[in-house]
Amino acid sequence: MNKKLLGAAFLVLVTLSLNHAWAQESPGVDRSATGGAQTLEDIMARQQKLKVDDAFRSENLGDPANAAPITDHLGTRGGVSLSDTYRSIRYNEFDANTQARGPAADVLIQDGGMSWYKLREGPIITYGGGALLGFIALLVVFYLIRGKIMIDGGPSGTTIQRFKAIERFGHWLLAGSFIALGITGLITLMGRSFLIPVMGPDAFATLAAGSKWVHNNISWSFMLGLVMTFFMWVAHNIPDKLDWQWLKAGGGIFTNSHPSAKKFNAGQKIVFWTVMVLGFSVSLSGLSLLFPFQMPMFAETFSVINSVFGTELATALTPHEEMQYANIWHSIVAFVMMLAIIAHIYIGTVGMEGAFDAMGSGQVDVEWARQHHDLWVAEVEARQGKGDVS
Amino acid sequence: MKVMISAFVAALLIATAAPVILGQFGWSSAEQGSSATSVRLD
Repeated sequence: MNKKLLGAAFLVLVTLSLNHAWAQESPGVDRSATGGAQTLEDIMARQQKLKVDDAFRSENLGDPANAAPITDHLGTRGGVSLSDTYRSIRYNEFDANTQARGPAADVLIQDGGMSWYKLREGPIITYGGGALLGFIALLVVFYLIRGKIMIDGGPSGTTIQRFKAIERFGHWLLAGSFIALGITGLITLMGRSFLIPVMGPDAFATLAAGSKWVHNNISWSFMLGLVMTFFMWVAHNIPDKLDWQWLKAGGGIFTNSHPSAKKFNAGQKIVFWTVMVLGFSVSLSGLSLLFPFQMPMFAETFSVINSVFGTELATALTPHEEMQYANIWHSIVAFVMMLAIIAHIYIGTVGMEGAFDAMGSGQVDVEWARQHHDLWVAEVEARQGKGDVS
Repeated sequence: MKVMISAFVAALLIATAAPVILGQFGWSSAEQGSSATSVRLD
């Protein structure tokens, strides 16, 4: 009985939602006085920054089948009126044909620019910047509560090689370029809001141009560092059962214990895969931004998403839309990466005694290594016992 | 520390060389500024 009632209710809802006449009866603006064009109420609503449904314009692009013949008093040019044509240009529905060559020459008006700009200047800066500041504050609080993780019993004075020179080179190539990219990216994203009021537009113009040059060009170092570190460390970062034990113990960070780990513990593996996956993604969107006409990516991506999830994302994107999507995605992924890297920098410097040496000199204290990577030390010692010192 | 500094220097060298090398292949998006050849008026 209940199923029948539910079924009937569902049927009624579907009928109502699909019924065009019912939809027209919903509260709306009466535009009969203007012949369907915008009214004073529409203009006033826009001035008050209210959301105006402009479907009455964007979907009113003329219908050649119903148009009056050109010989009639109000006959239209080729089936659609000039107003229809201008509206279709306004909403990028016009099939433009131009002799101008070059990419995007037939895109006359690109309407997505404003929503991209509002998203970039609003939520991206607010939530992205807020997350960075909040996370740094959280780490400061954590440091004040937990303090530096010390080597139990102090350093032994004997060292063991943790990373070879080529490994450290790859790490610092990646790290140095990432920090430069992060700083210049934040200047580019937030400069208009926060730096121009402080330093003025002229000085900021110089800084922004320099930031753009650094950001565009040092990205190649980042990508090279990403590839180097991936191939050098991927074998050590395959998840295994030991990682689960490490995670269950919280890495020993709250309990002052030292769960067993090989060369990389579960926390380091999380950082590794975060950097690799997000680094790959941010590199792709960055390349798309560097070469927008050669490497559009979002139309293809949306097409794949549509085929997998049955969604209806737009797959015919102008180069401008491609850049807008790439820019927003680039920013979001970069912010998540920055959060992960800030945590990584914390634990590798002020958060843990002896950790920086691994990437500084490459030589770590044996006692530090035994406490944090006991199985790796055992492996190295076993190899050294066999005469293999690498 | 020598390795770290040399990696930073390498990053800067790559950044400096990138626009020149890309320009050889006609990929000029990374070039700073504009030139007469980057704008086609035909």
